[in-house]
Amino acid sequence: MSAIDPQASAKPMIAIDNISKWYGPVQVLNGCTTQVTKGEVVVVCGPSGSGKSTLIKTVNALEPIQKGAITVDGIGVQAKGTNLPKLRARVGMVFQHFELFPHLSIIDNLMLGQCKVLGRAKDDAHDRGLKLLGRVGLSAHSHKYPGQLSGGQQQRVAIARALSMNPIVMLFDEPTSALDPEMVGEVLDVMIELAREGMTMMVVTHEMGFARKVANRVVFMDRGEIVEDATKDDFFDKPRSERAQTFLSKILAH
Amino acid sequence: MNYNWNWRIFFEPSPEGTGTYADMLLSGLSWTIATALCSWIIAFSLGSLIGVLRTLPSRGAQRVGTTYVELFRNIPLLVQMFLWFYVVPEILPGSWGTWLKQLPNSSFYTAVICLGFFTASRVAEQVRTGIETLPRGQRMAGTALGLTTWQTYRYVLLPNAYRVILPPLTSEFLNNLKNTSVALTIGLLELTARARSMQEFSSQVFESFTAATVIYLGISLIVVTVSSKLETRIAVPGSR
Amino acid sequence: MFTDFDFGVVLSSLPYLFGTGMVFTLTLTALAASGGIILGTIIAMMRLSGITALALPAKIYVNFMRSLPLVLVIFWFYFLVPYIGQWMTGASRPISVGAFTSALVTFTLFEAAFFSEIMRAGIQAIPKGQTAAAQAIGLTYGQTMRTVILPQAFRNMLPLLLTQTIVLFQDTSLVYVISLTDFLGAASKVAQRDGRLVEMYLFAAAVYLVICITASTLVRRLQRRVAIIR
Repeated sequence: MSAIDPQASAKPMIAIDNISKWYGPVQVLNGCTTQVTKGEVVVVCGPSGSGKSTLIKTVNALEPIQKGAITVDGIGVQAKGTNLPKLRARVGMVFQHFELFPHLSIIDNLMLGQCKVLGRAKDDAHDRGLKLLGRVGLSAHSHKYPGQLSGGQQQRVAIARALSMNPIVMLFDEPTSALDPEMVGEVLDVMIELAREGMTMMVVTHEMGFARKVANRVVFMDRGEIVEDATKDDFFDKPRSERAQTFLSKILAH
Repeated sequence: MNYNWNWRIFFEPSPEGTGTYADMLLSGLSWTIATALCSWIIAFSLGSLIGVLRTLPSRGAQRVGTTYVELFRNIPLLVQMFLWFYVVPEILPGSWGTWLKQLPNSSFYTAVICLGFFTASRVAEQVRTGIETLPRGQRMAGTALGLTTWQTYRYVLLPNAYRVILPPLTSEFLNNLKNTSVALTIGLLELTARARSMQEFSSQVFESFTAATVIYLGISLIVVTVSSKLETRIAVPGSR
Repeated sequence: MFTDFDFGVVLSSLPYLFGTGMVFTLTLTALAASGGIILGTIIAMMRLSGITALALPAKIYVNFMRSLPLVLVIFWFYFLVPYIGQWMTGASRPISVGAFTSALVTFTLFEAAFFSEIMRAGIQAIPKGQTAAAQAIGLTYGQTMRTVILPQAFRNMLPLLLTQTIVLFQDTSLVYVISLTDFLGAASKVAQRDGRLVEMYLFAAAVYLVICITASTLVRRLQRRVAIIR
């Protein structure tokens, strides 16, 4: 076992062990190691092009890696016998550009995975879908189509869609960076509530306010490497690396 | 112009003895429609499959798709028609070849298969373009939900791609319909062939071809109208 | 299956296939493509002129041609061209013009409809500022078109025009229906004469395949270069 933090005695929900990734000759991830334990909220931040979005997409194998290993709930993501669709169904993911399915109504967006992947009956999936829409405050919109909703509403639906699969962990890939500023709050509120309910979360974001409020740990990346992996307080109060200090001063300046 | 017009020619009996010249053209029309529809079924399903192959991550699948498209796009349709009609029965194992050659309406079946395979290469290009214009995140979102590759195509990518490519697909449908006329070279008695025989029997060149022209224009008009109705019906609310 | 293949037939007919057939095919393609592009450009300019009396006939012409099967159009002109000739020369009877002229007229007029759509897109893609800039330095409409807009449109659309020419090259095989001896017609005549349909048609297919794939590879390479320069 390499670099496992001695304090993290709890079983890791996500364990990323020394992974590297190349696009052709360009290395985009370089020996990244970190983990997310059950119930923990980990924020991943860093300048654009630092590899943070790529890192989070390797967790459910949307991006393949060339070196290292990742396990989710003890199951090897790269292992030969792993049923990837089954594993992905247990890992919820929210994308920067929402990626709701434009040809399906909101409720159908929430039912697709439940019916086709989990094999739930339509009625059951419909009820659960409506309940989740209620949780994100969008019950009234169940029969509209994604194109008829605002960006903030679409992203809340996307969160509900991910939750409809009863995930054991949620991945967020810059969930607010494609939103108009006035819509960021409504999405963050849903995420904060989710964190307080104890959901295990890995969140790529620039929203340092969100990190301060609910994160347990912050992972700072630059040029494909994990430069800092610290508790929230350590990261904000005494960042060790110069790169993290520069990043923080820039991002907190506005 | 010293040409003797005779528009009543359509109501005169044709020398085939089974009806008027108008009946002859209508029978041609029904062969044209039957050939166009049957070959379109092949073209649409095979073309979708080939188009999908070209968008899969697997290099092998892409190569199969590309080879198919290159092969069927770079040989003239008429040559393909001859290959299916004259060559394929010869190079099949003996008994199959004989069976094929003695099949009643063999020119119809040949035309359907030939046009189906030919148009499939064009449909494939449209399907591929349609899938490639969708945001990359759509495939990821489907995959992240746990859908298999097949399910992602079936429920997410294809329904959106078909909506995008409906207008060019309509053109391909019409091209396929017009291309049925090439099958007159292997003896299919479709509309153009019938107009041609009417011209030969009656010597009323311009009446025959005018009638065929008007019918083709009419079909185009109907297909375009139906297609734009369909486009409105399947349009997703809230999309531009 | 392939045991009684006789490629000697192909070999001995090569001079006829290429010397007569392919020369015909390439001549027809080259002439019809040049004529089609010139006429197509004129039609495109008519459609974009903003003058209904010019734009409407051009639009009707294009949509009309694009709705008809090429085979039918070939028949039409085969019978119509002698009458047109009579009308143009004022002769007392339809004049015989020969199948080649008839085919050339057909392909030029038919393909012009398709070339005009490409040129129309090409002209429309040139930013409005170019016209404004040309007129600002005092060029007339004709000069603006000739020296500023069309050269740019041609260059941008060259790959598409060439791709359409490859389609035209394949389409010329349809002169078979008026019994002209193009490449396929030549192959077909040998095939019928010697009873060697399998060999001759497979060979014809292979020749078309090689020519078209080579040509479209070259066009793709050109397209990449045009894209970089732009």
